[in-house]
Amino acid sequence: MPETFIPSGTTDVADLIKWAAAEGKPLSLHGHRSKAGLGRPAQTEYALDIGRLSGILDYEPAELVLTLRPGTLVSDVEKLLGASHQMLAFEPPDYGPLWGGAAARGTIGGAIGCNLAGPRRFKSGAVRDHLLGFTGVSGRGEIFKAGAKVVKNVTGYDLPKLVCGAYGTLVALTEVTLKVLPAPEKTRTVLIFGLDDTKAIQALSAAATSPHEVAGLAHLPAGIAAQSGIAYVARAGTSVTAIRVEGTEVSVKARCEALRDLLVSVGAPLEELHSMNSAWLWREIRDVAAFVLPQDRVLWRISVAPMSGPSVTAAIAQAQPDAQFFYDWAGGLVWLTLPPAEDAHAALVRSTVAGNGGGHATLFRADAATRAAVPVFQPQPEALAALSRRVKDSFDPMNILNPGRMVAGT
Amino acid sequence: MLMPAPEQDIIAQRLDLIAALRRIVPGEGVIADETSLRAFECDGLTAYRQLPLVAVLPSNVQQVAEVMKLCNERGVKIVPRGAGTSLSGGALPLADGVLLGLGKFNKVLDIDWDNRCAVVQPGVTNLGITRAVEHRGFYYAPDPSSQIACTIGGNVAENSGGVHCLKYGLTTNNILGVEMVLMNGDIVRLGGKHLDAEGYDLMGIICGSEGLLGVITEVTVRILPKPTTQRAVLAGFPTSESAGNCVAKIIASGIIPGGMEMMDRPAIHAAEDFVHAGYPRDVEALLIIELDGPPAEVDDLLLRVKEIAERCGSVSLRVSQNEDERLAFWAGRKAAFPAVGRISPDYLCMDGTIPRKTLPLVLTRMGQLSEKHGLRVANVFHAGDGNLHPLILYDANNPGELARAEEFGADILRLCVEVGGVLTGEHGVGVEKRDLMPAMFSEEDLAQQQRVKCAFDPSHRLNPGKVFPVLHRCAELGRMHVHKGQLAFPDLPRF
Repeated sequence: MPETFIPSGTTDVADLIKWAAAEGKPLSLHGHRSKAGLGRPAQTEYALDIGRLSGILDYEPAELVLTLRPGTLVSDVEKLLGASHQMLAFEPPDYGPLWGGAAARGTIGGAIGCNLAGPRRFKSGAVRDHLLGFTGVSGRGEIFKAGAKVVKNVTGYDLPKLVCGAYGTLVALTEVTLKVLPAPEKTRTVLIFGLDDTKAIQALSAAATSPHEVAGLAHLPAGIAAQSGIAYVARAGTSVTAIRVEGTEVSVKARCEALRDLLVSVGAPLEELHSMNSAWLWREIRDVAAFVLPQDRVLWRISVAPMSGPSVTAAIAQAQPDAQFFYDWAGGLVWLTLPPAEDAHAALVRSTVAGNGGGHATLFRADAATRAAVPVFQPQPEALAALSRRVKDSFDPMNILNPGRMVAGT
Repeated sequence: MLMPAPEQDIIAQRLDLIAALRRIVPGEGVIADETSLRAFECDGLTAYRQLPLVAVLPSNVQQVAEVMKLCNERGVKIVPRGAGTSLSGGALPLADGVLLGLGKFNKVLDIDWDNRCAVVQPGVTNLGITRAVEHRGFYYAPDPSSQIACTIGGNVAENSGGVHCLKYGLTTNNILGVEMVLMNGDIVRLGGKHLDAEGYDLMGIICGSEGLLGVITEVTVRILPKPTTQRAVLAGFPTSESAGNCVAKIIASGIIPGGMEMMDRPAIHAAEDFVHAGYPRDVEALLIIELDGPPAEVDDLLLRVKEIAERCGSVSLRVSQNEDERLAFWAGRKAAFPAVGRISPDYLCMDGTIPRKTLPLVLTRMGQLSEKHGLRVANVFHAGDGNLHPLILYDANNPGELARAEEFGADILRLCVEVGGVLTGEHGVGVEKRDLMPAMFSEEDLAQQQRVKCAFDPSHRLNPGKVFPVLHRCAELGRMHVHKGQLAFPDLPRF
């Protein structure tokens, strides 16, 4: 285990990184390690615990902004916002249990570092679309800020975008400002039963193309639906396709009816889930609950053009009949598990994605040895990889911050 | 405004450079005569003009890459340009620089209805995208007021917004992929038809980089189904405080309107005199609140908005009963700039963002500044997101008045930063606000931004003189003062 420093503020973080850079001692940055299993395994002598840098600094509901320390728990933020009927619109997932950890341990800093997003992603964006500004420390040990604390700003480069999904390899964040939005008053989910994958994704596309403003579009093949904690879904005995509608009560009712009219032509039975059941189902989808167990199966997260989802899974299932999967983001996000294998089936998965219009595949869960041997993140063409290395150098020239977490050697 | 001193050795090789460019882009694609170059001497910020060394209008990505590679090797600067509608001088040419126009990249390449996206070339206009998809009920959401003319490539460079961006986001939230050429001629693709390109979010940083990081040659945009209903409320208030309060209450009640605009008395009067939109003249502030979406939702929210406006002391309240009336509500706001142009020979349009709660304070202080500088000001305001557009009225024929207007503008922007806001909400820094950057950013903040620039363009050949007040050499920015052994082992709690 690395020796872990516990900074109490931005200056401490800067002092420590300055020292580490001078001594050439790489640092692991972490909060509560709820997503430690995500990314390449990296060994360092020292670690920096950002998890204790927590707390709300400023929250003004009417301004739609929230400023806080990165170690604040996502679950605490959601409670705070909920009291003012607001939310983080990117719907941060709780992935802890996917690696055998506890639920509700994820921090805001972790959500930013991994650029997380839930089922509302296709409509409302990911963390990247909600991080307005930050203060942090570069790998040079310099304190700087970027972005701002207002919702509309184009002053200078949009560095907040860069730290989202950078896995702590560019900046140690010490203060962040997020855009928040009103939470919907009501949520309902229209379910369609018994569609095959292709027909399901077509139905989801029809819903997304309609003017009824849907906010969740998922398809669960029969084996996945059977594992749901919602009786309507689990006992269906067939596949379940889910369309979420959010808004005021009158509006949600009217739009669900309109969607049911639209989907009659699909010729499959329809059902509607209300409040609690609806929320539960989308939490299961968001947190990939179906694939928590068994943990020795490798888990892939695949992002493709929505209509390509079924052709990607069909090709993989043909080569690996034991593949299990379900779709979020109208088909654009595929969660896929496969039995363990030396290369985690990376060649199969990535060549299939490339052959179906492109996208990217992340090796979301595998043992450490596999994650060290197989690129966890989608390999990039050389010109792009070189540019990414230069960007890394521009923040962290001594390669001090989370080295090797994203790409071997950097 | 001081631009980097033109490099005489580059100017001296002009003819040779033109010949080399003609080998890459044949025929009329290289423009070298002064009369034709006049067309490019300025963008929407017309106070600054400069003839470029030469203009090149390539027609494919290979030509762009070769032109950039050539310029990089010869140390020649490049200024990229879309339609030239930038209000901050982002496309202002350089006397020793090649102007790279993307006007020939004007095709919609692919409309993928099922995946709800379109692949377009950067010279397609913003409105052109909507025109290409509207027959099937779709549109492209960001709608900057220059949308008839401005191009999607320019929108990416500036991260353009518009009146609907509080609900639907800026350009950065509405693009899925780009192809771009780096200064060294490398062609890279970021994203595609899928979401969240892996690795660093380089598309996120390209967006809004004002043409300093790369030249966009293709864009994949999201297209959205058009809302079925749009209705607007026109509400007059006796004070800007009460109008601002109404905006805050609407948002706090959980409503994000499609658009929420505010005008102050001078702007209301100028607009009403110009287009006779039916605006009340006896109010200090006017709100246009537009709700869009499914009819049931719009009807529901309209009632709530009306009630909030009444509670906040609205003295004149109208709800659009039909499409003509809705458009009439907007006509005055959309004509606000030309309307102000009628009452003043010239005006400067500023673009700060403030925390909304500070609006009354900012308007009061702006009134004082107006007296101090002896110039009038009218305000239009994207009230939902706090983006303020003060229009400073002046007459360029009066000696010294432009300088006074600029000083007034700078004071307003410093005020925006002072109350917790920013220098620019949507128009970009360009040359216009370049020298004000230190009001908002420390030296270290700016140094880190410039280091990112160095990762893309280490010799500062791409659009130099914009955004950053002082150009530091990349070697100097990258230097680290490492004191090995002299830094104490950090005295922090650990385990």
